[in-house]
Parts: sequence; C-alpha cells; structure tokens
Amino acid sequence: MKLDDVRKELTGKSGRRFWKSLEELSNRDGFRDMLNKEAPRLAAEWDPVNRRDFLRLMGASLALGGLTACTRQPREKIIPYVQPPEEIVPGKPLFFATSMPFDGYGIGLLAESHMGRPTKVEGNPEHPASLGSTDALIQASILNMYDPDRAQSVRYLGRISTWANFTADVDSQMGVQAGKEGAGLRIVTGPVTSPTLQAQLDELLQTYPKAAWIQYGPVTRDNVYAGAELAFGKRVEPVYDFSRADVILSLDADFIGWGPGRIRYSRDFTARRKASENVKLNRLYAVESHVTTTGASADHRLPLTYTEIGTFARALAHELGVQAPVGAVSGHDEWLKALAGDLKHAGAGALVIAGDQQPPEVHAIAHAINVALGSVGATVRLVDPVIANAPDQTASLGQLAADLEAGAVDALIMIGVNPVYDAPGDLSFEKWITNVPFTAQVSLSEDETTPFVKWHIPLTHYLEMWSDTRAYDGTVSTVQPLIAPLYDGKSPHEVVAALAGSPDATGYDLVQNHWKRVLGDGFDTAWSRAVHDGFFKDSALEPVSVSLTWNGEADAVAETEGDLDLTIVPDPCIWDGLFSNNGWMQELPKPITTLTWDNVLLLSIRTAGRLGLDTGHVAEVNVDGRAVRIPVLLAPGIADGAGVITLGYGRTAAGRVGNGVGVSARPLRSVASPWHAKARIGRTRNKHVLAMTQDHHTMQGRNHLRVGTAEQFDHDPDFVAHMEHFTYDQSKSIYPRHDYSKSPQWGMVIDLSACTGCNACVIACQSENNIPVVGKKEVLNGREMHWIRIDRYFEGTAADAQVHHQPMTCVQCENAPCEAVCPVAATVHSHDGINQMVYNRCVGTRYCSNNCPYKVRRFNFFKFADHDTPSYKLQRNPDVTVRSRGVMEKCTYCVQRISFARIRARRENREIRDGEVVTACQQACPSRAISFGDILDPNSEVSKKRAGKLNYGVLTELGTAPRTTFLARITNPNPALQSESDLTESHHHGV
Amino acid sequence: MASEPAAENIGYREIEAVIDPSHDYESVTEKISRISLTPTLPKSLYIVAGISLVLIGLLFTSVFWLVVRGTGIWGLNVPVAWGFAIINFVWWIGIGHAGTLISAILYLFRQEWRTTINRFAEAMTIFAVMCAGLFPLLHIGRPWLFYWLLPYPNVMQMWPQFRSPLMWDVFAVSTYFTVSLLFWFTGLIPDFATLRDRAKSKIARIGYGMASMGWRGSARHWQRYEIVYLLLAGLSTPLVISVHSVVSLDFAVSSIPGWHTTIFPPYFVAGAIYSGFAMVLTLAIPVRSLFGLKDLITLNHLDNMSKVMLATGLMVLYGYGMEAFFAWYSGNEYERYMMWNRMTGPYWWGYWALILCNGVIPQLLWLKKVRISPIPLLIISIIINIGMWLERFEIVVTSLHRDFLPSSWDMYIPTFWDWSIYIGTLGFFFFLMVLFIKFLPIISQFEVRELLHKKKHGHH
Repeated sequence: MKLDDVRKELTGKSGRRFWKSLEELSNRDGFRDMLNKEAPRLAAEWDPVNRRDFLRLMGASLALGGLTACTRQPREKIIPYVQPPEEIVPGKPLFFATSMPFDGYGIGLLAESHMGRPTKVEGNPEHPASLGSTDALIQASILNMYDPDRAQSVRYLGRISTWANFTADVDSQMGVQAGKEGAGLRIVTGPVTSPTLQAQLDELLQTYPKAAWIQYGPVTRDNVYAGAELAFGKRVEPVYDFSRADVILSLDADFIGWGPGRIRYSRDFTARRKASENVKLNRLYAVESHVTTTGASADHRLPLTYTEIGTFARALAHELGVQAPVGAVSGHDEWLKALAGDLKHAGAGALVIAGDQQPPEVHAIAHAINVALGSVGATVRLVDPVIANAPDQTASLGQLAADLEAGAVDALIMIGVNPVYDAPGDLSFEKWITNVPFTAQVSLSEDETTPFVKWHIPLTHYLEMWSDTRAYDGTVSTVQPLIAPLYDGKSPHEVVAALAGSPDATGYDLVQNHWKRVLGDGFDTAWSRAVHDGFFKDSALEPVSVSLTWNGEADAVAETEGDLDLTIVPDPCIWDGLFSNNGWMQELPKPITTLTWDNVLLLSIRTAGRLGLDTGHVAEVNVDGRAVRIPVLLAPGIADGAGVITLGYGRTAAGRVGNGVGVSARPLRSVASPWHAKARIGRTRNKHVLAMTQDHHTMQGRNHLRVGTAEQFDHDPDFVAHMEHFTYDQSKSIYPRHDYSKSPQWGMVIDLSACTGCNACVIACQSENNIPVVGKKEVLNGREMHWIRIDRYFEGTAADAQVHHQPMTCVQCENAPCEAVCPVAATVHSHDGINQMVYNRCVGTRYCSNNCPYKVRRFNFFKFADHDTPSYKLQRNPDVTVRSRGVMEKCTYCVQRISFARIRARRENREIRDGEVVTACQQACPSRAISFGDILDPNSEVSKKRAGKLNYGVLTELGTAPRTTFLARITNPNPALQSESDLTESHHHGV
Repeated sequence: MASEPAAENIGYREIEAVIDPSHDYESVTEKISRISLTPTLPKSLYIVAGISLVLIGLLFTSVFWLVVRGTGIWGLNVPVAWGFAIINFVWWIGIGHAGTLISAILYLFRQEWRTTINRFAEAMTIFAVMCAGLFPLLHIGRPWLFYWLLPYPNVMQMWPQFRSPLMWDVFAVSTYFTVSLLFWFTGLIPDFATLRDRAKSKIARIGYGMASMGWRGSARHWQRYEIVYLLLAGLSTPLVISVHSVVSLDFAVSSIPGWHTTIFPPYFVAGAIYSGFAMVLTLAIPVRSLFGLKDLITLNHLDNMSKVMLATGLMVLYGYGMEAFFAWYSGNEYERYMMWNRMTGPYWWGYWALILCNGVIPQLLWLKKVRISPIPLLIISIIINIGMWLERFEIVVTSLHRDFLPSSWDMYIPTFWDWSIYIGTLGFFFFLMVLFIKFLPIISQFEVRELLHKKKHGHH
C-alpha cells in the first residue's frame, strides 16, 4: 500500500464519507507499513488509544497536502550561506542595469534588488532613452511581475503539463512542417527589436521558408513607417532632438505620453522650458482632439478632430509652400498664420511631429515641412526602422486572419500576444484559432486567447529573463534577469529555440551566443561592459540619407458618415491592456481627467449637448455595425465633434484586478483603420458612476498655482512675489520655532514649467513607499492613498482650456499645523526639518489631516494594505513600514533614502553630498521638475532654485513655512496670438 | 393634590409659583418617592424603554462592526476626516451643560425655581456626557489604543502631546464627568435615605441603604452636606464655561476657515446651554405630565427655562451673524468663500435649516403665551435640538469639505453606520433616563421640602 493508493482511495470523497473511509482504511492491512514508510513521525502517533487524534492529524494533512494540491513542488534545499554571494549585504539593495521592452522598444533601467527580490525600477542615467528617468508605465511594470494571476505552469487543454511534453509535441509538429517548408507554420510575436530574437527567427524562417512571422501589438507604429514610405519612398524611423527645437508643432502627437522616445523627449523638451535656468525657451503648438500631457504643456493648443487635424496639416503645408494634397480651409487662419510664421522663423530649429495614430498622409506632410524648413538633420534624424523588418503590423495580422480562415495554418505559435482581446474588431480570432491543429500561446497570464489554444506556456517577465532590445534611437540594450522565473516561465528566446529544435537552450546562452557571433573576439569585454552599463555604447542607428520623393498626392480617404470623429488611443494608465491587472495603474488618476478604474467616451460639452449626453450616461458607440456601450465623460479642451476612447479596458481574463473594468474598444477598431472611425452615437438608459479624484476644476481665483508668460517675466521679474497677498511673520507664533540652523535641512523645489503631469512620480512613490490600492469604491469615497498627487486646474473657457498641473505632496512645513494638534505626538519634527509620521504611535484621530491646509495626509480607513497575497509581499520595499488600518500616512521625503545616505556619509566621515539623496518622485521624473537637497547649503541645486525669482510657497500666509516650494509656470506664447486681456489678467492673479 | 389649573384660569400668580402652595412636606415626599417605589411604570415609559433597548442593540451592532472593519464604514474621507462622531460628541456635551448650569450656577445664585428640576437636569447631564464620551473613543482609527491619550507612566516613555486640543478635551470632559457625577450623587444621598426608610421591599431597602451611605439626617450630616454641596457647586461652575470652551478649541485652534475663529468659546458655551435647556424641556414636559408633577414642575419653570433659551438663542444668533460678518470683514478669500459656501454651496440646506431652527423659530419665545404652553414649547425645544445638531454639522462638515486647495474638495455623505451609532446613543440616553425615572427620585425631595419651609416661613 502506498500513499498514492490512499489518495486514490479517498479521491472524490468528502465530508462524513471521507472520514468513514479514512477510518475503514486505517483498519486495512498494509496501512501500518505504508505509514512507517511515508510518515515515520506520524506512525509514532498511531496508537489504538489515540486513534481519533491520529485520524484528525492524518485527515487534515491529506486534505491539505494531497487531495487538493496542484503541482508537485520541486525539491529544494534550504541552507544558510556558508559563503555569501558576492556583494550581497542584508538590508542593502543592489542595482542592476537592464532594459524594459515596451511595445518592442527598450528603455534602459536600473532595477533595485533586495536580497534577490527586485522591488523597484529606476531609469538608467547612462541610457539614451531614459537618462535616469522613467514614467508611470515603467514604474508599474514591477508589479506586473508579482501579479498573482500570472500563469504558473505549462498547460495543455487547460490541464497541467510539462515543458518536456510541450517540446515533444513541438518536435513532431515541426517535423510535419519540415516536410512542407513550414507552409502551415505561423509565429506571432509582439513588435521585435531584439537583435537576438530577430536572428533566431530569421534563422528559423530559413529552415521553414514558407512559414510566416507576424509581429503585432495593439499599439503599432504602422503609420509612422507608412508615412515615411510615402514621403521618402523608404521606411525610416524619425528620431527627434528636442534640445535643438525652438518651435515645435505637434499634429496629434503626444510625444510626452506615447512613443518609444517619450521619456527622453520629455527630458529634452522640458529642459528648454525651465525659465529659471536661463535657457532659450522653446514654444510648443499642439493640435489635438483631446487634452494629452503634451497638449497641456503647450503654449498654444488647438482642439481639432482627427480628420480636421489632417485638413489643418494640409492647410499649413500650403501656407509654408510645401507640396501637399489640396485641403479645405481650416478656419483657424489667425492661428495657422502665426504658427507658419513662427515655424519659418525658426527654420532648422523647427520641428513638426505627427502622432502615431494619424494617417500616413499627415506623417508625410510633417516630413515634407521638416525637410522644407531644414529641420531634417537638425531636430529630426531619420534612421532605419528599429522594429525588425519594419512590418505593417495590422495588415500582417489581417493576412494571418485570412490564412486562418482559409485553413492554411496548421501550427500557430503566439508569443506575448493576445489577439482574441486586442485584434481589430473586424477579425474574429476566437472563431478561427480553434480550427488550427497545433496552437500554442506563450504569455504572462492566461488571457482571453488562452481558452482557444491547446498549449499555454508561461512567459517570463522582463525582470526574469536574458534578452536584448533596441531603444527609440536604435541603441542596443541588454535585458538581464533580477530573479529566477517565479513560475515555469520561458523567455521568447527559449520558445523560439524550442521551435528550432533546442528545447533545453537557456536564454542566457542564446543571447550570449548571438553576441559572440556578432562581436567575435571582442565579445568578453564588450559583453560584460554592455551588461554592466545596460547597453552597448554608441550603438544608436546612424541617420540614413533619404530625399523627399512625395509629390504631395495621397489616396483619397473614403468619407463615411457619422455623429462623431472617434479616435482610439492607448490608455495613459493601463496602455493597451498590459496594466489591466495592475492595481497601481487602475487606480492612477488619468492625466487631465483624473479618472480611475474606468475608460470612457470623452466628449466636449457642446458635442455632448448635441447628442443629448452627459457625464455618467452610457452611450452606444456604433462603427460599421459593431457597437460598444461606454460611459460618457465631458471634459474641457476636447474638440467639438471629436470623441476619444482609450484601449486596454473591458478585459474578461486579465485577473482579479482588471476583469470587468471598463469597456473594450476593440470592436471599434478595424484593420483598415485601427485608430480612427466615424461613429454613430446612441443613447441608452443606463448610467455609470465614474470615480474621479478631483472634482473641482478651477483655482477659485486663488494663488496656489502661479503662471506667467515669458514676456511678463522679462517685464516684471518679481511678478510671482507680487501675487502674494500677505506675508506671515514667523515670530508671532506662540510656540517656539524648531532649530533649523544645522545642516542638512531638507527641502524640495518643484518647477511647474517643467511638470507635464505625466504621473511618473505618483507611481514611483507608490512603488517606493508600499502605498496600497483602495479600489474604485474607496476612490469614490475620497480615500485614495497616493502620497503625491497631481492637482490639475483648467484656465479659460471649456472649449479653449489651458491646463495646469501642480504636483502636491506633504510640503514638510517648518511650522506644521498637523504636529500641534496630534494628541499622542505621532507626528513630530525631525532635526533635519522633516515632518515625520510615527505609524506605530498613531491612534488615528485624523485631526492632523483636518488641520493640514494642503490635504496631503492619507488615512487607512480600512486595512487597505494587502497582507494576504504572497506575491505582492515580495514587491514591498523592506525599508518602508507597511501601514495597517487606523493610522495616518503621508510623504516622508523618502526618509529611508535619507537615512541610507546619512549612514553611508557618517561611515565615510563626511557630510551628505548634494544630489546624494534622491527622492523616488524626483528620480522618476522625466522632466527633472523636482529638485531636492539641503537648503542651508548655498551651493545645492535646491538652494539655487529657492533663491530664484520664480520661487514661491503655497499658502505661506498661514505661517506654515513649507519646505517644498514651487517655481511658477512660465509659458512662452507667441505674442502675435496673445490677446490683451490675457496679459492684464494673468498679471494680477494666479490662475 | 392640586392639579394644574385650567388654561383659561392661568393668572400671573400661578405662573409665578415655583411649587403649588397646597403642598406640605409629607405630600411632596410621598409624591416623589412613590414614583421610585411603585413597581410599575406608566405604559408609555415601557414603550420608550422597549424602543430604546432596540436602539441599544443597534448601537452595539454598529460598534462591533466599527471595531471589526474600521472607521471606513462611515462616510469619512480626506478632506472630511471628521463627521458624525465629532458632531454628535459636541452635541451631546452641549446638551449636558444645562444640567450643570441649573444645579451649580443657579444654586449659587439662589434661584429657587431650580429645585424641582435640578436632579432631573443633572441626570440628563451625566447620561449625555456618557453618550458624548463614546464618540471620541469610537472615532479614532485604533480605538483599542485610546489610553495613549492619557498621561500615564509607560515603557514607551511617551507623554501625550499637550499642545493638542484633543488632549485638553480628555481632561475637560473627564473632569466634567467626574465632578458632575459626584455632584449628582452627593445631592442624592439624603433622598436615598428617605427612600431607604420608605421602601417596603428588602432589596430596595438594601440598595437604597447602601447608596445613602449611612445618612441619618443628623445636624452634623446636614452641616457637612451643605459644605460639600456648596463646594461642588463652586467647582462645577467654571466647568460649565470651560468644558465647551475647550471643546470649541478643537476647532478654533486649527487652521481651517470656518474653524479658526476667536468667537468660538463663548459661542459654543451659549449654544451648549441653549441646547441643554431645550433638552431639559424636551424631557421635562412629558415627564411632568406623565407623573402628575405639574404642581412641582410648574409653568413658572417652563417660563424661566424658555427665557434662558431665548437669551442663549439670541447669543447664538449673534454668533452666526458675527461669523458671517467677520468672514466678510476680514477680506480673507478663504473665509469669505467658506461663508459663501455654507450659505449657497452643496450644504446650503443645512445652513438655512439651522438658521430657521435656531434663529427664527425660537423668536416665538418672546411671547409669554408660548413660554407657558407645554405643547408648543415641546415642539420648539425639539426644533432647537435639531438646530443645534445642524449647527455642529455645518461647522464640522462645510468647513472641511472645501478648504484651501480646490483640488482636494469633496463631499461627505453619511452612511447607514453614521446614523446607526447616532440613533443608538439616543436609545442609550433614553434608556438610562427611564432607569433613572424608575429607580431614583427624579425631584430632589429634601430640597423641595426646604423650599416649602422657606416659602411657608418667609425666609427669603
């Protein structure tokens, strides 16, 4: 008798019968022997007298350990380090250079590792796509790795299987394919820039010449390549240099929030907006249908619908004397003329960018204007396409669908794609995939596509694998694992190697072997250097020489009728669905709308009025007979006649966080037109509650956010100080002041001219400080926990709104109102000027929050922190307490980082250097809007900024003496477009 | 036993009387003791007790759920981190004030009419402070650590933070409760002895006997009693002013527009007495009618209490006016907006209902006819109680929900659990009131006898 027999005996029995059979079983022969063999310790308990106790023990352990278990855990040895691994000091984090492939393109990172667990990612300061910064999406990617709903084992038809079974099946399939040169083989991947993977796949395709490799992602660069082809007759990739751009025109291009170079572009763009730093200010004109972070950063913003933007581009081309299709008059002559004049004046310093979603024609016009102005070679570099083979992704997916429908495919391998969820709405993969004899999907989690495939293989997260990738400018970047795969994951390299007949090849060898071939003798030094740095130095693609061949003609676009010029764009928070199951991103207030946990149809107030809709109404959006029902949100700054829906929502198999949140925009997309559609809008009787974090849009004439123009600043350098109503005399406080005379005294300056409202700081803070997610209901209750928030205010009319952002977090008042009112001294001041929060001492009176004029304190109304999900625990920063219910929390200036630096400085017997302490928000900020340091050190960056004329504190009239101050926002509008009233008004007030 | 004269015969003499002149020592003692010594109660009080018990059940359920889940079960958020708990705390504390005022200040001022209502009002004070005391405990995020607010020697070597008004609250309220309880109990001792002597059941004799602490009515006892009572009255008097002043500092010390106001201490004290007298009337009018005490709690009492309400009501109204005036006169944009928001913002209804309840309707008390008509007076007193609750709602909620940075503005919407705890404490209060009526002499017998003595022998 064996333990397995016992299990078999007991399978399918439960409750009373289970007990009875266990009792019966124990009386049978051989039981005793089995017991001695399997559980010698328990056998000692086997005493007829104690039989009941024994049965209880045995029953419980069988029930827990045997009957319900899924996978047999691998045998592991737990031993202490005899010789500890090099460089690991418990409690001290290590940083490793790696890269995150995002829509194929790499962004260089430094991943923080605590005792072998990656806990946070930071930008790689050396990497050209990052320069040390990240954005919200990258910051949140760490949580994707710890997603508890990731696929955890190889499955065949939903049942647990093994990699060996899979590779055996692959071998037989490939054997069949070998016979017909791979005619029935289709491999679908996301956009690939990895040189290794490209080489692997190319090699595979040489073996199977009739097979096809399809690259597809929901967010493609098809129009960029097609536009370049139209303009130059060759597929090239534009790379922009904002540091040299004086006048920029964005034609629906959200270069701050979207695209492979967004982080670098944010940095270069905002560096030229910091009026405090004596730079030549650039000027941004944005033409867009809804307010993006780019539009919010613009000096002039023109809301136009998707198609109107095309018309505008044509009109601009004509104004500049560039060949372009004849277009209707745009109706914004004054604006257009001023813009054209400015662009001409800027010459090679001009830069025109078309958005990835705009049709090829608009890209071609942008190229033509750039060529005409001489910007190519100055602000624009044209390089070879970074994505392997520069595919037309959507069209090739359409071709695959046709092949599937025709039954021409008999082996389909999908790596990191989820076409059932995200393919355009006129393709029905769910219908066709099941007809394919051999289907396999390799993905992070079992998603919408998984039920339709035979094999599912868990994919490794980028922090679990060896790989390589190319950045926006082609820089080859290395991807190195920070941790062994949490589950039985395989990297794309390993999967492709398995297809090529090497099922046991490791990612490490595959990537190294590729580079050994490429680098030859220089491999050892070059490779270790690259792994150390995170990228190969100077591997950016060289500009290619092309000339404009476009004659200004374009295929006429068939005009369809509809109520709305609908644009579908990736979501600023959950992107194309990549972050659907990521609580941080679901709860991150979207820039401008501050909406959380939903996607919506964005409409202008006038359009909504015409359609009889209002915020919270559910509209039916119909494109070519495919309809979705989606709630409406009215927002300022949206073009009349335009509607915008973001991707990534309406998931049914995202996991516990993302299932059932929002509405999928998939049906509205088509292969012919994935980004745009003319939609018919219907009303429904349904209503939907939307959770926004900010309900008030104006400043009420208050002066917390101070804005001026460059001209105004030149004219009256003290205009910011003049906005102050009242200066508080600190000597009047009845309590003695703290002693702030000893260095260091920490302070922060946030430059509002540089802040784009991109949210990078919010997620960086959440990741660094173990901030919990509270869910939609609690956001509606006003209990979101973000320590730093982006306050957003609108200025001007609803139709022509200017947006201002103000990151707001604890300003660490020198004379803090919260401290005086806490009855248990749970919030106190530190010697270095930080308003500290002692969680253990807090009893939760919430008086501090009430008395905080900035309302930056956050209260754990419930037990918000997830103490139960094991994988989330691994992500937590061990240097920061996880707060429980009933306590207040707030920004600490990342006191754990300060302590870290202080300890190191003391050990080295020196003062903390300027720049040694970098807060999480500051580190992530792509536009370097945040400075932090010792305000007593006159040479520190923060002191210099505080001394500037633009520096001001919020609510200083209350006597709080905030340590965090702001630099007023300076815009650089074209004087030709500025009305008299703007000048006088902004002179007197803030916004 | 005299019954109340018919309404049309009410003349000035009857109203003037603080006790029906036909009473003698024995009739007074008999009449009051009988309520405590009769085994049954009027049916209506059983109904009150029954409903109150159900509400106490609701209270316990709510508290249980609160401790299990957290303060998130209420409608609180950031910025409105204080809600019903603080509103109810201030409201209950305020209600308690009338008792102390009547028993201490009116005693020191030798206001004879206080004699028949002081016991009753003091009991109300004790119970109201008990209800009030629940809220600060329950409203904190970790109620099991409430004792950290007390200054006690501990291994953490931590003192409470004495700059916090919440700390002052702890002292103010606990002192107030202790002194009120002592004062009440001291006053009860001679009456306990009377009950002990008159009780027929053994349990009652033992119970009242222990409570009377060996009172034999000797001259020495009386002499000591009078000294203690006077001292306690002297001790209580500043508390009437201090407790609600301290409570008002919770708000006045803060930085929030609508809270940061120097007028708060006197304005809160006036409001407290206002609501306290309203509550005394709310309770006394039904009780005097239920137990036939109209000859002891006479129209004169109602008249006097109405006058106090009218006076304090006018002070409160003056406070409202000054709040608005200074918001405008300060020229401070936050103050101005706060006032404007109170009047016209999302909670406008609360502000105007409060003006109606506390400012407009009580002006009827200028009419003598209203002051001596129990039913209209009962209605007005209930309206004032509602008005005073609304006042605290306006102060707490409308000040917080829109303060300095518009980005944080939000709404406070009370949940079921907000209401259930509030209503639960009402049940708790009324249940204690019924117990008090059943077991203790609701009117101070010996003081009434003393009063009779003075009246008959002209000693005043």
